Amino acid sequence: MTKRLISTLLLSLGLLLGSASAWAEGPELPAAGNNLRDQASLQRGAHLFFNYCVGCHSLKYMRYSRIAQDLNLSEKDVMQNLNFTGAKFDDPVISHMPAELATKAFGKDPPDLSLEVSAKGADWVYAYLNSFYLDPKSPIGWNNTILPNAAMPFPLWELQGEQTAVMGKDGHAVEKLELSHPGTMTPAQYQQATRDLVNFLDYVSEPAALQRRHYGVWVILFLALFTFLAYLLKKEYWKDVH
Amino acid sequence: MANAFVRWFDERAPGMAPMYRKHMTEYYAPKNFNLWYYFGSLAILVLVNQIVTGIFLTMNYDPSAAGAFDSVQYIMRDVEWGWLIRYMHTTGASLFFVVVFLHMFRGIMYGSFKKPRELVWVLGMLIFLVLMAEAFMGYVLPWGNMSFWGAKVIVSLFGTIPVIGGHLVEWIMGDFLPADSTLNRFFALHVIALPLVLLLLVVLHLAALHEVGSNNPDGVDVKHGPKGNRWDALKPADGIPFHPYYTLKDLVGVGVFLIVAAFIIFFAPTFGGWFLEHDNSIAANNLLTPAQIKPVWYFTAFYAIVRMVPSFAGTAVWGVIAMFGSIAVLFALPWIDVGPVKSIRYRGTGYKVGLTVFVIAFLSLMLIGTDLTDVLFPKLFGADIDLTTWDNVFGRIMTLAYFGFFVFLWLYTHLGWEKTKPVPERVTTHD
Repeated sequence: MTKRLISTLLLSLGLLLGSASAWAEGPELPAAGNNLRDQASLQRGAHLFFNYCVGCHSLKYMRYSRIAQDLNLSEKDVMQNLNFTGAKFDDPVISHMPAELATKAFGKDPPDLSLEVSAKGADWVYAYLNSFYLDPKSPIGWNNTILPNAAMPFPLWELQGEQTAVMGKDGHAVEKLELSHPGTMTPAQYQQATRDLVNFLDYVSEPAALQRRHYGVWVILFLALFTFLAYLLKKEYWKDVH
Repeated sequence: MANAFVRWFDERAPGMAPMYRKHMTEYYAPKNFNLWYYFGSLAILVLVNQIVTGIFLTMNYDPSAAGAFDSVQYIMRDVEWGWLIRYMHTTGASLFFVVVFLHMFRGIMYGSFKKPRELVWVLGMLIFLVLMAEAFMGYVLPWGNMSFWGAKVIVSLFGTIPVIGGHLVEWIMGDFLPADSTLNRFFALHVIALPLVLLLLVVLHLAALHEVGSNNPDGVDVKHGPKGNRWDALKPADGIPFHPYYTLKDLVGVGVFLIVAAFIIFFAPTFGGWFLEHDNSIAANNLLTPAQIKPVWYFTAFYAIVRMVPSFAGTAVWGVIAMFGSIAVLFALPWIDVGPVKSIRYRGTGYKVGLTVFVIAFLSLMLIGTDLTDVLFPKLFGADIDLTTWDNVFGRIMTLAYFGFFVFLWLYTHLGWEKTKPVPERVTTHD
């Protein structure tokens, strides 16, 4: 009875974990494959963010000082190489783009990216950054297969180059994207760069993720020992119950 | 010194020591509790966790529409150990329902709600009802987009009530949409009013249980069995003192439970978007409707019932009645299932089949409520099926099965159709 129960419980837990996670439905995306434990990747991602993204996008919940601490960067590193807005070391990352100007230029205020990966998922952001293509019909000249009619012009075009869409037979749906004009990076380098950027944004959406994994191992080891001792104590007391 | 203190205390509060004995060292519980009997003490553990972590969250949370979302991120990033406290609270909320669902199922399966434990069951159901209100209001507090839209949809359910519905919705929210006033009052109810009610009900639930004594997997009342055990010649022979026997056994259960909880808290706090939903990482926005509005997983079975009942006679109130009915019918269980045999071990085949159908119906309604059927059905039956029709047909069958279980049980036991097995005189097993 008990054995059957345990196996049923384990099985249902496995099914729950294995079943589709609760992302909003959409096409299945390739895995971003980023790794929060790869500090070099996080540092490269931070550099990309502060060179290409912070012009328009803020990280209002993220402080420069926290980035320095978590990514093992010195105050000087951060203030010279990442902070281009004159903010103080303990200030949050706020873009200098005035909301009015942004709305005029792009039709909407660029969203804050502090929680972008929590909201959309690392895979989505990775796919988004790899899916821009030239579209003469779009008012900004660019379009995106993951987020059609995206308001953002492609800021990484120098790196990736220009992709153009190959239309399907019906002439409406994009079948695939082709690199028509190479950028300064090879496709493999560009994918790694966007993986780094996604990795950084993943970290930004939950800085505690770096700590909790570290503590988790010790907490579970302690609990395992505690449970084992509790079990021995229980067994000792129960040996005279018949 | 210690003895002097005990004497001093005893003279001034002579009732304390007897009360401790009555509920702990001289509360004789049947010795054959199995795995299903861990979930009651675990529910208390989670309740304590929710209260303690809740107090610390309250210190840094800002219950205003303008500040709530930011203050949650402040807790996650700037408050020392804030992330751990919040994850303990959010994981605790989901595990509370896991534990309570299993605890309730145990009660149904072993007939723990039957005479003389009807009051224990009804008090337990009241706890469940208050817990649902507590969880719903807590879910609104982070003021994410799913908090907002979830609040809007759930409160709108009251809007289906004819004549007064519209006013009732406004009265509950204090505005035309979930807003600052809604958040303020939900916060007050979540941190003060409902926890007080919950604690009172838990005390009453335990007090009522200790009056009549615990049931067990054999459904044999040890109080009516032979007397005399190692500790007391007048107490049940098959009973053992709750402390230290079950306190120690429950401690092992606590250890295992905490390992599972710690795994979630430290390695998968969002649990793939099931415990903390992705859409709640976007601040509340009444102009941005999430792609799917659905409650957290533990409400989905009940929410599916609302969706599955069609509106007729010009009102959608029937679905809401059915949803409340699905909980109300559980209150009445002791008077629906009047079969004399308590435990599933000695009950008729009809009961076993019925209970299996009930479990399948509940889990299926959960699948519909979580929209997982929209992923499953195309995989199973082809991509070109009409999902709405499939959902409705499947969901309505399962809604009927949910209520059908209780109708069947009433007929089965009131009309004497059940063929039970002989119940043993004394409890059969223990570990």
